[in-house]
Amino acid sequence: MSRLLQVRNLKKHFPIGGGLFRDPTDFVKAVDGVSFDIEPGEVFGVVGESGCGKTTLARSLLRLIEPTGGSVSLNGDNILEWQGSDKKRIYRHMQIVFQDPYSSLHPRKLVKDIVSEGLVIHGLAERSEVRERVLDMLQRVGLNEEHLFRYPHEFSGGQRQRIALARALVLHPQLILLDEPTSALDVSVQSKILNLLVELKEEFGLTYLIISHDLSVMQYVCDRIGVMYLGKLVEVGQTEDLFAVPKHPYTKSLIDSIPSLDPRVRRERIILEGDVPSPINPPSGCSFRTRCPYADKHCTEVEPPLEAIRDRWVACHYPLEE
Amino acid sequence: MSVATGWVKDFQHRYKSQLESALYFWSYLRRNTLSVIGILVIFVFILVAAFGPYFAPYNPVKGETSDRLQGPSAEHWFGTDQLGRDIFSRVIHGARVSLRIAMIVAVIAGTVGTVVGVTSGYFGALVDDLLMRVTDMFFAFPKLVLAMAVAAALGPDLENVIFAIAIASWPVYARLARGEALAVREEDYIEAIRALGAGRMRILFLHVLPMCITPIIIQVTLDMGFIILTAAGLGFIGFGAQPPTPEWGIMIAEGRNFITSQWWLSTFPGLAILVTVLGFNLLGDGLRDVLDPRLTR
Repeated sequence: MSRLLQVRNLKKHFPIGGGLFRDPTDFVKAVDGVSFDIEPGEVFGVVGESGCGKTTLARSLLRLIEPTGGSVSLNGDNILEWQGSDKKRIYRHMQIVFQDPYSSLHPRKLVKDIVSEGLVIHGLAERSEVRERVLDMLQRVGLNEEHLFRYPHEFSGGQRQRIALARALVLHPQLILLDEPTSALDVSVQSKILNLLVELKEEFGLTYLIISHDLSVMQYVCDRIGVMYLGKLVEVGQTEDLFAVPKHPYTKSLIDSIPSLDPRVRRERIILEGDVPSPINPPSGCSFRTRCPYADKHCTEVEPPLEAIRDRWVACHYPLEE
Repeated sequence: MSVATGWVKDFQHRYKSQLESALYFWSYLRRNTLSVIGILVIFVFILVAAFGPYFAPYNPVKGETSDRLQGPSAEHWFGTDQLGRDIFSRVIHGARVSLRIAMIVAVIAGTVGTVVGVTSGYFGALVDDLLMRVTDMFFAFPKLVLAMAVAAALGPDLENVIFAIAIASWPVYARLARGEALAVREEDYIEAIRALGAGRMRILFLHVLPMCITPIIIQVTLDMGFIILTAAGLGFIGFGAQPPTPEWGIMIAEGRNFITSQWWLSTFPGLAILVTVLGFNLLGDGLRDVLDPRLTR
C-alpha cells in the first residue's frame, strides 16, 4: 500500500537566548528525530506525557512552525520543500483540529464565516454555493441551519469542537491531525465527539493522526500507536498488540498507570519516579534511562535506535519479553 | 428548499443575533447614569452641528455694526460681539466646525494608528522595532506642541489644523493597537486560520485587526474632547482656523479684550467647549466600562 504520510527524522529545536548578532546559548529539543509512516485510511495515535513534544510534532508536520530538519512526505512529495503558494497547498491535504475549542474559534466571526474561510482562501467554491457547502458540512457534524449566524460564544464545548471539525472538513483533506480533540471536553461529550470522528472517517475516507495523553481514548480509536518520550518515538505498534504486550519499559509504565476498576487485580507494575528530564539537556544514551528500572551502563553510553521486532518498532536495548 | 428562502432565514438569524447584542450593550450602558448624560450631550451636539445652521437666527459672519457688543437679550440670546454678529448663531455654526475637526482627526489618526500598530505587533521583530522607534519620535514631543509646530509650519488654515492634530495623536493608537496585536497573534484561533492556509495579509487585516479595534474606539472617544480642545486652543493662538470662521477658539480669543466689560463674548463659546468635551469624556468612560471585558464580565 502506498504511504500517505512518511515522516523521517523530523526535528524541531527551539533556540534559547540568542538574538541579533548573538548565537543562541542552547536549544530545546522538543522533537528530536521522529520517524513514522501513516497508511491511507489508518488512525495513527501518538501518546506521551505532557511536554514530550506531541503538540510540537503536530505543528511542525503542518509547518505552523518550521521544522529544524528531517522530511515530511505527503503522497511521496516532501512538503517541507514547498515554498510560496505551494505551501498553501499543504493545508488542502492536511488539516488540524486543536485541543481547546474555546480558544481555537475566532470570537468575533460568525460560524458561517469560520467554516467558509477555507473555501474562500483556496477559491474552492463560487460565492453562490458557499452557503450551501457550509450548511452541508455543519449538518454532517451534527449542527443545523440556525447555527450559521451565531458566534462561537453561543455554543457549548462539544458544539464548538464540531464547528472546528466542520472548518477542517470543508476542504476535504486526506489527513486530519487531531491534537487532543477531546481533552478539553466533558466526559459525556467526549464519547459523542469520538463516535462522530469514527463516522466522519468512514464517510469521507479520512486518515487521522491523533495526539493524546488519554490512553483509554487511544485504545478505542487508534489502529496503531506511537509512544513518544522526550521528543522521540520509543515504541510503535498495533494498538491491541501494544496494550497487550508492551515491549518498551516506558510504554509498560504508561499502560500500568491506567486505573483498573477491579481492586483485586494485583499486577506487576512499573511505577515511574522522578520527572521527565529537561529537553534542553537530555540524558546521554537512552533518554529514558534516568527513570528506567532496567537501565545499565550500556544504556548510558549508546542511544538505542528504533528497531523492528516483527511489526513492532522499539527503541530499547533490553525490550521486555511477554 | 430554495436558495432564496435560505437567505431570508439567514437574515432573520443574523438580525436576531445583532439585536440581542445591541440590547445587551445598551442594558450595560444604561446602568451608568453619567454615560447616559454623555450620550445625550453628544446627541444634542451632533444634532446642532448637523441641523443647527439651518435654524440659526442670524448670519454667523455678517453682523449689524449698529448692534455691536449687546448683552444677552430676547433678540440676541447670547448677545453680540464687537462686529455685531449674533453669538448664539456663531456658537451653533461653531459646533459644525468642531464636529468636523473631531471626526476627521479621529478617522485619520485612528486608521493610521491602528494599521501601523497592528502591523508592528503582528510582524514583530525588525518591522516592530522600526515602526515603534518612529512612534517613539512622535511621543518625544508633547502633543500640543507638536500640533502647534505642524500647524505653524503648514500655515494657519482649518485643513492644516486637522492634519496637525492627526499627526500629533496617531502614535497613541499605534501603541494601543500594537499591544493588542501582540496578544492576539499568539491566540489559538489565529494559528487555526494559518492552518487553513491563509496568507499574512489576510490574517492581519481580517482576523487580527478586528480584535484590536475595541480599545481604539474607546480611546478615540475619550480623545474626542481633547481634539476639540486642541483645535480650539490652536484657533485661540491664531494657528488654527482664521476669522471670520465661527470657530469656538477664535471666538474666545476675540472676546478676551472685552472679558471684563462684555463677558458674554468669550463665555458662551467657552461653555460650548466645556459641555461638548465633558460629554465626550463621559461617553468614553461609559464605553470603556461596557466594551472592556477586563472591567466588566
